[in-house]
Amino acid sequence: MAYELDGQTIEHDEEGYLTDLTQWSEGMADILAKDEGIEMTDEHWEVVNFLREYYDEYQIAPAIRVLVKALKKTMGKEKGSNKYLYTLFPYGPAKQACKIAGLPKPTGCI
Amino acid sequence: MSEQTTSAPTVEDYLDPLALPELQADASKELHTFEASPAHQEKLGFPGELVDDWHDVAINKMGDLLTKYRGFRVFLDSCVKCGACTDKCHYFMGTGDPKNMPVARQDLLRSVYRRYFTTAGKYVPKLVGARDLTEDVLGEWYNYFHQCSQCRRCSVYCPYGIDTAEISMAAREILDTVGKGQKYCNEIIGKVYDVGNNLGFPTPALKATLESFEEDLEEETGLEIKLPIDVKGADILLVTPSADFVAEPHIDGLLGYAKVFHATGASWTLSSVASEAGNFGMFIGSYENMRKISLRIRQAALELGVKRIVFGECGHAWRVAYSFLNTLAGPFDFLDPRYTSPMHICEYTWDLIEKGELKFDKSRNDKYRLTFHDSCNVARATRMGDKPGGQFEIPRNILKATCNHFYDMAEDTIKEGTVCCGGGGGLLTDDLMDLRVKGASPRMTALQNVQKEHGVTHMAAICAICKSQFAKVMPKYGFEMDNILSVHQLVSNAILLEGAKDPEDDDDDDDWIPPTPPPRPPRGSAA
Repeated sequence: MAYELDGQTIEHDEEGYLTDLTQWSEGMADILAKDEGIEMTDEHWEVVNFLREYYDEYQIAPAIRVLVKALKKTMGKEKGSNKYLYTLFPYGPAKQACKIAGLPKPTGCI
Repeated sequence: MSEQTTSAPTVEDYLDPLALPELQADASKELHTFEASPAHQEKLGFPGELVDDWHDVAINKMGDLLTKYRGFRVFLDSCVKCGACTDKCHYFMGTGDPKNMPVARQDLLRSVYRRYFTTAGKYVPKLVGARDLTEDVLGEWYNYFHQCSQCRRCSVYCPYGIDTAEISMAAREILDTVGKGQKYCNEIIGKVYDVGNNLGFPTPALKATLESFEEDLEEETGLEIKLPIDVKGADILLVTPSADFVAEPHIDGLLGYAKVFHATGASWTLSSVASEAGNFGMFIGSYENMRKISLRIRQAALELGVKRIVFGECGHAWRVAYSFLNTLAGPFDFLDPRYTSPMHICEYTWDLIEKGELKFDKSRNDKYRLTFHDSCNVARATRMGDKPGGQFEIPRNILKATCNHFYDMAEDTIKEGTVCCGGGGGLLTDDLMDLRVKGASPRMTALQNVQKEHGVTHMAAICAICKSQFAKVMPKYGFEMDNILSVHQLVSNAILLEGAKDPEDDDDDDDWIPPTPPPRPPRGSAA
């Protein structure tokens, strides 16, 4: 189970999440997004970048509510909403956006 | 007869939530949830992969369980094939696969038990439905015992009280012991050991998240409502599912608990050691893992020096707490004996309501027409309060105290006979989504009926798994993902706190119109 990028082999798990998150790159994000049927826009990147920064600091993806609050500050009230996030990532921002950001899949009762 | 318009529904409007499906042999035979990796297995003390002598190891383990758990042997011996359970499983109703009939699921294991542990099975196996344990049988166990949410609805209708959940737990324990565990459960238990909770949410992230929620609460109410963590000397330790820190609508329940504690000036704390109420050790039938997870709660209570332990809205956590905690991690003789231990947050809140210590403006919940989903483990394995049926009445009493519009679903789908959300018992994983959607069908049908009859818009629950499951599957049945609510979310909306400012209108919900459910596919074919 692996992606191919610029001649490199990048391992992923059964559901397509990267096994080693240090192998993530913007090019990798494009491949992951395409797999999810998502065309990356500036707004998608805004979310993905926030997730990566948060992960870098806390070694976990944030609660969606915390993500929405941060987006409200950078993107305004309309785009900083749960519903807007779902228009960006229809299968759910927690799982789909994490995948594109190269983060592990969130687990638990969620 | 004069013509008149009426909103009363006609018989044609209703579908029977418990309708029998069309039988489809082997419909979910191939449904194979991801297996645990060696790393996930080994962290829990299980072999990394299928051991060479798996046959003997499995039979020895079954023998071990038969001596340890008398109930297990009684359940395997006492079935008379009366058929009372056959149509009681939501996964059978959803998939139509006869092996999802509880008796057939039990027989997958019972047939092997007979072959190796009964005289008749040893000598005349074919006459008594006994069969050898082969690799195919092991695979069948793996697939079908991961299509049981251990909700125990079938056992309510069994005249002998045979508990399929016990058999399903034993099967999973045997599978783990031979090196064939499930990824979802075992990876999560490993995270509890490594980080402290099912999410793997580290303490700094947890603290930052709680601070963020405190800011939100202050913005909403103008009050400094705290979500304290690791406070030594606090009176109450709140142990809640980690989903309450990140998921929707769980967070709103957490904020509700905080407001209740704030309202009476209670001294309380969360713990980073026991930052998880859930105990997946039960789902995999592993006493050792269940005990290890439970001991974290004891450790936290001792380290913080609390007087009481209160559990948040989590179904199976309440079963482990109510039924097993003292055996697993007791004695809790260091707690204040004046309080019931452990206590459910609903008991805590209802007690305050009864004493008149909480005040509500019910009209703040007028945008909701509510019903309540009884979570399986709370309904059938525990109690609340000091009267029989308290686990049914107390959450409903809280809802009626905080909302003007409450309507129950059909009697045979609630309380003791409640139908499962479809995601319990370690099945709340994306790779079982098709099964989850199908398994939710009886509950969703019952909900559609009260939607038609009473205009019900929302359903409340007291279990993290139920809430996440419904948020995911409700859209498949014509509802919105936010039509599922936490019970303490309704408390949070309606509670009147001294000095709090008036709530602002939440525009997101004002324009909400109950959607019309799409035409339903025939049973057994829901996508």
